Amino acid sequence: MATAEHKHPNYMAIFWSLAILTVIEIAVIYMPFARFTIGVLLCALALGKAALVAMYFMHLRFETRTLGMVAVTPLAIATLLVFLLLPDGFAVAKKTEIKKAAATAPAKP
Amino acid sequence: MSQSASVHSAVEPAETPLTPESWGKLGMWMFLAGDAVGFGVLLASYGGMRATSADWPIPFDVLGINLTALMTFLLICSSVTMVKALEWLGKGDRAKCTMFLLFTALGGAVFVSLQAYEWAHLIHRGLHINGNPWGASLFGTSFFIITGFHGLHVTGGVVYLLSIVRYVANRPEATASYNAVEIVGLYWHFVDLVWIMVFTFMYLL
Repeated sequence: MATAEHKHPNYMAIFWSLAILTVIEIAVIYMPFARFTIGVLLCALALGKAALVAMYFMHLRFETRTLGMVAVTPLAIATLLVFLLLPDGFAVAKKTEIKKAAATAPAKP
Repeated sequence: MSQSASVHSAVEPAETPLTPESWGKLGMWMFLAGDAVGFGVLLASYGGMRATSADWPIPFDVLGINLTALMTFLLICSSVTMVKALEWLGKGDRAKCTMFLLFTALGGAVFVSLQAYEWAHLIHRGLHINGNPWGASLFGTSFFIITGFHGLHVTGGVVYLLSIVRYVANRPEATASYNAVEIVGLYWHFVDLVWIMVFTFMYLL
């Protein structure tokens, strides 16, 4: 019990990793990459930083595996939700486009 | 002997299988998992709205990221002072623990102040909750709701930290407040973690 509580990781190393990853994140948006590549890189970097905070600052690494699963569930739900929302959003966007086209078409001649 | 041991284990409240050393920690983890769903839903709907919008502004052109990058750094620093507070308490030094808890609270307070300054600046430039000069009106709505929700968490966290400073001060035994400090730490690091996500998805992406 007491030994588990005093298992401290090297916090300064985690701090520097987080600081460096933040600098890389900011550098990435100025890179001459495609928007999609930048998006993927930023998501990966953000997840990496979040994992560092959860694993070492929140000591998730030293907790039971089940607690880790509890912590990861919200991320899975949110990711799923993005894909649930997209079809609906695209349908609305398409409808708006059709409406706009219909509204501008008779005004042309 | 064996009988007394068995009676003892039956009378003792069952320990939590997930966080054997404390129920409070499990309680905080459950709360944070729920809270994470809240933030997850907000950010996922932000992504959904943005992906399907034709005129979503490019956030880092409009919002500017210099100040926010500083705020991110500040929050990471306050996470470090938080772990230092717990580390010192583990070594039995309550004075150092209190000092680092106060540093953490100060970091949070400065963060919220900078956010207030940023909001005032953006509102002045025309970013309102119901519209903005750059494109989709939902951009302003989601910006204020998500950063506001996070800002409220930081504000609540500062109050929470200060109450734990008092808790530590009232207990002469360092071990008596170790759990409470560890739990406030969980909350504080979670707020930092959420900001990492918000900063990436709302400012950089």
